[in-house]
Amino acid sequence: MSTSFTLALARDALKAKKISSKELTQSFVTAIEQGRPLNAYVTETPEKALAMASASDAKLAKGEGGALEGLPLAIKDLFCTKGTLTTAGSNILGNFVPPYESTVTQNLWNAGAVMLGKTNMDEFAMGSSNETSVHGPVFNPWRARNSNANLVPGGSSGGSSAAVAADLCLAATGTDTGGSIRQPAAVTGTVGLKPTYGRCSRWGIVAFASSLDQAGPMTKTVRDAAILLGSMASVDPKDSTSVDVPVPDYEKLLEGGIKGLKVGIPREYRMDGAPPEIAALWDKGADWLKAQGAEIIEVSLPHTKYALPTYYIVAPAECSSNLARYDGVRFGRRAPNARDITDLYEKSRVAGFGAEVQRRILIGTYVLSSGYYDAYYARAQKLRTLIARDFTQAYEKCDVLLTPATPGPAFPVGDKSDDPVAMYLNDVFTVTVNLAGLPGLAVPAGLSETGLPLGLQLIGKAFDEATVLRAGLAIEQAAGFTHKPANWWKV
Amino acid sequence: MSVDKDTVRRIAKLARLAVPDENLAPMADALNGIFNWVEMLNEVNVEGVPAMTSVVAQKLKWRADVVTDGGNAEALMANAPDHEGTFFVVPKVVE
Repeated sequence: MSTSFTLALARDALKAKKISSKELTQSFVTAIEQGRPLNAYVTETPEKALAMASASDAKLAKGEGGALEGLPLAIKDLFCTKGTLTTAGSNILGNFVPPYESTVTQNLWNAGAVMLGKTNMDEFAMGSSNETSVHGPVFNPWRARNSNANLVPGGSSGGSSAAVAADLCLAATGTDTGGSIRQPAAVTGTVGLKPTYGRCSRWGIVAFASSLDQAGPMTKTVRDAAILLGSMASVDPKDSTSVDVPVPDYEKLLEGGIKGLKVGIPREYRMDGAPPEIAALWDKGADWLKAQGAEIIEVSLPHTKYALPTYYIVAPAECSSNLARYDGVRFGRRAPNARDITDLYEKSRVAGFGAEVQRRILIGTYVLSSGYYDAYYARAQKLRTLIARDFTQAYEKCDVLLTPATPGPAFPVGDKSDDPVAMYLNDVFTVTVNLAGLPGLAVPAGLSETGLPLGLQLIGKAFDEATVLRAGLAIEQAAGFTHKPANWWKV
Repeated sequence: MSVDKDTVRRIAKLARLAVPDENLAPMADALNGIFNWVEMLNEVNVEGVPAMTSVVAQKLKWRADVVTDGGNAEALMANAPDHEGTFFVVPKVVE
């Protein structure tokens, strides 16, 4: 059986009893084995998947079952899964088997979904290329025209983006702290949605930067993103930042079109030195929305250029605090031959964390340290207020914003791994959204000159995922993006 | 502001990372690259701007001060690198 179903089509075929979850799941198990050269999965759970599929088939036979009954999904290895290894892409958590389940994944299992396995990711979600993973890089299923060079799948949710693009799952979960759902989605021709901060519970997700982290769906279509978000999102008493807003029927809210929708084009996103094909695609996107009845309005987000440096103070500060828990005592790896307790901490941490994570812990420790706090951290928190205020002012004039998703297509493995700032610039269009806590959606919109996918981003008001998805659907329909990567990885 | 080897050594100590001596200078270079780029934030006048404390307008939630979970000592020990019964084992702390 083909694994190229969308989530919606597989759901409808299961409900109509045209296929069984067991057959569907078995096809994915085989596709995952054949897809191992991509290194998208770090843990495959075929037995668990087939057992879950059988249970779903029993429910479906009786006409029962939840919104995702029998649908096989991939889970980013940042979500704690009870009884299944969870590494966060790090050596320090190398053998960690959680005794509990994250709220988001529990919501998915409650809705009937099937777990295929855990996907690769940048270590502790710190990266934009999936190259900082202790499990090695993931290869993008896409290659440039007339080239055999391996490209990155974006990051940090690179295993999830590659798995969705290569049809190694129906859909996947991701998390997004500065662009880690949207950037990998954009460079793999898939759809990625970062919901409003507080929409999905953070409970049981390995923490990176708690005021920015948010889980979201990574899918083949905008409709699939609406379906998956509907099950991932909840109000959770276990997460004090989970916001008490009812979860609407996002799929139903896709209907209605965009006539009269006011779409803002932020002029500061036209960056010097950006490739002309990015600007051209952006213009095309605005024309598509206009042709469907939207009104295009130029707006200003004056503090845009300060978003990335602000992020690289706030995120490392929170990371240095969150990662203090990895001490080699209660879980994770412990370095041998420690002289005393301090030596145990210091040796376990330096052996367990990779280079990028250590760099961010040190930046965070520095900007929070006595004498530097006001100059760095306190200033960055003020900048964050200004960045969020830019959006509030823009939304006085428009309902949703349209921007590019990334500054370019997927780049070769190894290309930017020696230059942290060049790597950070991948998130230039996505990071503002995390700092302001808003929902953002990446939708595939076309191919680059080299034949690689490019995406556009829609940014909405807080808790207005419905409008973001509706505008995303309009882009998707106009773009008619049906390209698929050539299957070169099959062993 | 520039970060030198000694500063890296000091913050590594605060962060409980035993960064080897030969890595201190390269780490200082990497951090300086990032801090030089971050310097652009000084262009912005932040006089009178409140620091962001919460990204969504929400009152921090309250809950009843009661036990909601617990009694899972065995499950928690399952991932311990070293333990005796339900105690974590660490190198001697008090001589």
